[in-house]
Amino acid sequence: MLFFVARRLLYLVPVLIAVSVLTFVIASLLPGDLAYVILGDQATPENVAALRHDMGLDQPIWLRYLGWLWHILQGDFGRSFRTGQTVWQAVSERVPVSFELMILAELIGLAIGVPLAIACAAKAGSAFDRLMTGSAFGMLSVPTFLSAILLIYLFAVELRLLPATGYVPFTEDPVANLRFMVLPALTLGLAEWPGIMRVLRSDMIAALQEDYIALAKAKGLKPSRILFVHALKPSSLTLVTITGINIGRLIGGAVIVESIFALPGIGRLLVGAIYTRDLIILQGVVLLVAAGFVIMNFIVDLLYAVLDPRIRHGHA
Amino acid sequence: MSGALLSVEDAVVDLPTPRGNLRAVDHVDLAVGAGKTLGIVGESGCGKTMLSRAVLQLLPKKAKLSGRVMFDGQDLTTLSAEKLRKLRGRSLAVVFQDPMTSLNPVLTIGTQLIETIQEHLELDLAQARQRSTELLTAVGIPAPEQRLTQYPHQLSGGMRQRVAIAVALSCEPKLLIADEPTTALDVTIQAQILDLLAREQQRRHMAMIIITHDLGVVAGRTDEVAVMYAGRVVERAPTPALFKQMRMPYTEALLAALPKLDVPPHTPLPAISGRPPDPTRPLKGCSFSPRCRYSAGRCSTEKPQLSPAETSEHLYACFHPIAARVSA
Repeated sequence: MLFFVARRLLYLVPVLIAVSVLTFVIASLLPGDLAYVILGDQATPENVAALRHDMGLDQPIWLRYLGWLWHILQGDFGRSFRTGQTVWQAVSERVPVSFELMILAELIGLAIGVPLAIACAAKAGSAFDRLMTGSAFGMLSVPTFLSAILLIYLFAVELRLLPATGYVPFTEDPVANLRFMVLPALTLGLAEWPGIMRVLRSDMIAALQEDYIALAKAKGLKPSRILFVHALKPSSLTLVTITGINIGRLIGGAVIVESIFALPGIGRLLVGAIYTRDLIILQGVVLLVAAGFVIMNFIVDLLYAVLDPRIRHGHA
Repeated sequence: MSGALLSVEDAVVDLPTPRGNLRAVDHVDLAVGAGKTLGIVGESGCGKTMLSRAVLQLLPKKAKLSGRVMFDGQDLTTLSAEKLRKLRGRSLAVVFQDPMTSLNPVLTIGTQLIETIQEHLELDLAQARQRSTELLTAVGIPAPEQRLTQYPHQLSGGMRQRVAIAVALSCEPKLLIADEPTTALDVTIQAQILDLLAREQQRRHMAMIIITHDLGVVAGRTDEVAVMYAGRVVERAPTPALFKQMRMPYTEALLAALPKLDVPPHTPLPAISGRPPDPTRPLKGCSFSPRCRYSAGRCSTEKPQLSPAETSEHLYACFHPIAARVSA
């Protein structure tokens, strides 16, 4: 098991290097010289040239990349030239907001998707199954911004149950924090459950055809045990994969949802950095988010091994 | 037949398929007494597995079963799902063909044994564990304590089938159905598993049905043999009587198709030519007639019924039985 973890960790190194290269190159390819952005349109060419030299912008791109990487390895992601905040400060301030949002969204997605999948698989082909599979397909095609607006209209405008925008830290007032979080998390969660439900449903249906399910029935086990232990456990592997991949989608979704609901999270930080051409914040945040995604998927790999003994013992 | 532990009476299994109705089991009567063994022999697709699933009431959802399945005084076809569940694994156990797929890959051997024991017997976890260890020892698995924490993929095919047998034996069933228990195993393991089944059957005095395509498997190990072809029982007899004097040409052909050690090398096996009839298009006459070398006259127009030979226990369905043809 320890060997397994070490090997997976080793795989992370090339992935993270590739991520850092891509992030840096994309940020560099954005139009507009950083020196001009900082100095504004009143700058003289001499000032610009001087600043470019100071910032190392006159060096070739690979040298600049190595310099950036060197600082990052020492924990220095750079500093916003607008606010003076370091990338690290900006991100650590906003991560709790986005993290809470994603966790809640994923929990809502699982809470709706998993029971529906089990119920549908147990009664595959029934009217209930067809209705739910159809609704899942319908929900998949609803974009996040639309469901966000509909939810705001319903719960904030019509029913006046929940606030439409705003944020209070959890540590300050947990109840108020959750009230602000419900609608954004629900918006993302509603986009999550159809995928979860459809994948788990088809896996469960396949598992229920297996010989070991016939044997479980022949052993006289209770139907609930057959469904929740014998069929759900081998089917949960893809569920874990989906959950891991969803985190990437949730980060993308967070950009939209945080903007709509005015949540001070990573998504809003990114959008702001793009608007203000704050390239240092931008590339730092993108790198950290990508690293977070890669690490989440590393954890997913470890979860496989927990769920499937064949992977744990290096057979599959 | 009244004193039998299990009696299948006029069982018919119909499976709807896109090509029409498939009659998998066609008016079958069978009986097994307590502590007795019955062999059901036939080639692939003859309905033997469907028959065993009908006994267990584990037919596919779409399948329709008519007739009666009397087990221990109850008709299983009319029993509620809950009562059936209490019976399965407790007094009615099964070993499937392929131990690679019949054990759950993500649950330990211990879990799969203990869950069966705790479902049916009032034992706490420690007692169930103890019993599991004893069962694994009984089926010839070394280091049983360690096996309990292992997963199926860590065991060989033969070992897995031993585990499956331990699961089946776990609650001292009255009847064990072994559905081709050795077909998926190495030849060297087959005899071991069959001997294990025979030994446990004797020791526990349970009834057993061995389903196989291999007449050699049932020869020394059963009290009675039923030969199935195209969903019907075509010959049924006490095992010694059958091997002494088989009547049905199909039984003879099955026996001839077994490889033997005393024939010179490179002698072609006398395989049965042709294929079984399409079960969705039943023949009017004897189902075996297109492949039978004795087929003549009414064989292709009329269905022979099971009728007794010189003793009432030996039944066969043929217009030109082998012994009669020789004497005539």
